[in-house]
Amino acid sequence: MKRFASLFEALDRTTKTTAKVAALTEYFTTAPEEDRLWTIALLSGRRPKRAVNSTELREWASEAAGLPLWLFEEAYPVVGDLSETITLILPPPQHESDRSLATWIGTLIALTGQPAEARKSAIFAAWDQLTTEERFLFNKLITGGFRMGVSQGLMTRALARATGIEETTLAHRLMGDWKPSSTTYAALIGENDPEADASKPYPFALASPLEAEAETLGAPADWLAEWKWDGIRGQLINRPSAFALWSRGEELITDRFPELAPLADFLPQGTVIDAEVLAWGQDTPLPFAALQKRIGRLVVPKKLLTEAPAHLLAYDLLEDAGEDLRSAPLAHRRARLEAIIGALPPGLPLSASPALSFDSWEALAEQRLTARERNSEGLMLKRLSSSYHVGRKRGDWWKWKLDPYTVDAVMLYAQSGSGRRATLFTDFTFGIWDGDQLVPFTKAYSGLTDAEFRKITDWVKKHTLERFGPVRRVPPELVFELAFEGIQASPRHKSGIALRFPRMLRWRQDKPVAEIDTIDNLRALLAASGGQPPHPRDI
Amino acid sequence: MSRSPVLTFTDRGIYCPSGDFHIDPWRPVDRALITHGHSDHARWGHRRYLSTEAAAPVIRHRLGEIDLRTIAYGERRTIGGVTVSFHPAGHVPGSAQIRVEEAGEVWVVSGDYKVAEDGLSEPFEPVACHAFISECTFGLPVFRWTPQAQIAADLNHWWAANAAEGRTSVIGAYSLGKAQRIMAAVDPSIGPILTHGAVEATTVVMRNQGIALPPTTHVTPSFDAKGHPGALVIAPPSALGTPWANRFGPAAEAFASGWMALRGVRRRRGLARGFVMSDHADWDGLNEAIRATGAERVFVTHGYTSVFRRWLESQGYDAGIVETEYEGEEAAEPEPLVE
Repeated sequence: MKRFASLFEALDRTTKTTAKVAALTEYFTTAPEEDRLWTIALLSGRRPKRAVNSTELREWASEAAGLPLWLFEEAYPVVGDLSETITLILPPPQHESDRSLATWIGTLIALTGQPAEARKSAIFAAWDQLTTEERFLFNKLITGGFRMGVSQGLMTRALARATGIEETTLAHRLMGDWKPSSTTYAALIGENDPEADASKPYPFALASPLEAEAETLGAPADWLAEWKWDGIRGQLINRPSAFALWSRGEELITDRFPELAPLADFLPQGTVIDAEVLAWGQDTPLPFAALQKRIGRLVVPKKLLTEAPAHLLAYDLLEDAGEDLRSAPLAHRRARLEAIIGALPPGLPLSASPALSFDSWEALAEQRLTARERNSEGLMLKRLSSSYHVGRKRGDWWKWKLDPYTVDAVMLYAQSGSGRRATLFTDFTFGIWDGDQLVPFTKAYSGLTDAEFRKITDWVKKHTLERFGPVRRVPPELVFELAFEGIQASPRHKSGIALRFPRMLRWRQDKPVAEIDTIDNLRALLAASGGQPPHPRDI
Repeated sequence: MSRSPVLTFTDRGIYCPSGDFHIDPWRPVDRALITHGHSDHARWGHRRYLSTEAAAPVIRHRLGEIDLRTIAYGERRTIGGVTVSFHPAGHVPGSAQIRVEEAGEVWVVSGDYKVAEDGLSEPFEPVACHAFISECTFGLPVFRWTPQAQIAADLNHWWAANAAEGRTSVIGAYSLGKAQRIMAAVDPSIGPILTHGAVEATTVVMRNQGIALPPTTHVTPSFDAKGHPGALVIAPPSALGTPWANRFGPAAEAFASGWMALRGVRRRRGLARGFVMSDHADWDGLNEAIRATGAERVFVTHGYTSVFRRWLESQGYDAGIVETEYEGEEAAEPEPLVE
């Protein structure tokens, strides 16, 4: 654990990428292999099964510190991080230990399912033999949410340096749903056996937002333009021993979309397709809300299968007849993709995402404006000569999204943030007019500068009307322009609507509360965007 | 019949009716007793001031032409119907707690204080009293300071490592107290110590009154900032990240403050490194100091007042809150990070 703690300290004390990669490379060269494996797991979002819940942690930490629970609860929002609060509040350890990261994780895994008393005494014993830095990390292992300021890409780069294996090869090996508890470092990093590899997805190629004018991209003929669909990005794998659908979050979602299963019988063996999973109408996608009903459902009821059938719109071909096609130019990959799809019998839930024809950027910009009526978020621009790159790489792939919707609203409640923003009020609930009443309709917590949050925090403190735990009710005075990507009916909300990706665009200090938007504006928008008009809340 | 309290709390600050004076008032008054020279305690505009001898030079330097009388630590002086005396608070050189006695009843105003010795300030002295008015800037059990020797070792290690890599070390610290505490703590053999004007001015005042501080070089506009690789630059926190602080070539920035105990605060300020170094009492220090006074009544001010009061009540004290000008409630990390 000491070695892992000094790695964390080294990463935490620098903002320089080179220094971070150096620290990680050193760690991947010198740490025991079990620790390397777990570090890779943690940095790629995997964590041990949770042995202790947050309520138990709070109670046990205040007991170990000899302080009342209420005092712990008061300190927590100031610190803004549960693991750190526990670390700071505990008395100094009485013992020392040089157990490794993997051993400690082993201890935690063994604790799951044990009676509370056994888990508690084991946690107390751990706290009493770990230094402050180690304790923080140990607590993080329990609570999850491990963030060390290192992206998976950065970790892969360091691992490539430490092992001499090429970065893209490593990125591929780290994909999929491997578990650190059931594999070894050597098996994960080394030459894999083909069986284990059968269902492994390729790393997804990602696009960057287009900030410059489209004209700066050069000749339109060098580019493929297609709709940016608003569904779930997925990778469909059809290999002799595996038929699998992966989400971008590397989650295996094959069984959630049973209507795609027939594709296994018709697609050629050794085919891997990058596509968007969409809920499908007659021959166009349904709004995201329709797909959303199916997300998270492990078993899909028949009714949903008819109401919101899944369909794949294919973007790209990554593997053709078992051959890795990713370094071939996009023009070639698209041609092969269209050939494969063209050879399929009709009626299958797979089609190619259409390429838009355009001879000038201006003409394309016109088409882009119609994105919303197609339930699309905007355009994707991909250079026809580009390879299928790993992760986000600027230059060849751009997303050219529509401008968001906006609404002016007033702050009704404020809550403090966490982590970096623990001492600022950053999470706000907003209201708009419904007749002469203000009705709460959305929350937002990003989009302002720290300086603005500081000013607002000051204001909230001086204007608190009521406190409900961490939430403050404030007078409806501060007006904000909110941006959002979509709107849908929601019987769960008092206002009857729910926004997608709401965030604060700007603080409208010039705008009086009387002039903010009304719920009728949003209802009209909802109706126009094809959503169901909201029912009045009836009980 | 109960008589009026020795000290009362008004919209100008703490007031003593029988002595007709205020302590650290924030609006102009006739007579002000000042605990120390920080600007939220020693303000401009009072008719008469009283401070310790050791605090006076800085107060004069900051407030200019004022009517300031001085008093030695422990010396008793009668003002109206009360006896006052000043006692070391350990916060910064010259800082004091103010003891007020009326007819055998003793009240003590802590001002800002810390219990641990910092190698520079007169060490904190517990004063027995019936009522104690205590600051509680860091009145939560997550604030526990590391010993001064450990902080000094960490500072030296950081500075030496930067110097070895050819980088300048720029550290943000309040110009009165913290800056000098750093100078006194570090090993001057590592390299030259450079100062921002605000820090240099206070340092010169303190050096002139006989406080031993290592040599420093004032960074003036004509100063060859890139010509001193491996130097330690001490500047007010507000200078960090400004063109002033960026003139030293490759540099590492850090901030020395009790708030650096919180990872979130350090990250919010975009700092790679923070040294947990405070001139206020930590959680244990506050509890220890309050216990040592033997007081039954405790009033808390400056900081996490409502939480700390509740804690003191649970410990059997008769506890209250003194509201100050800027705080309607607990101040969560004020901005700028005032200590």
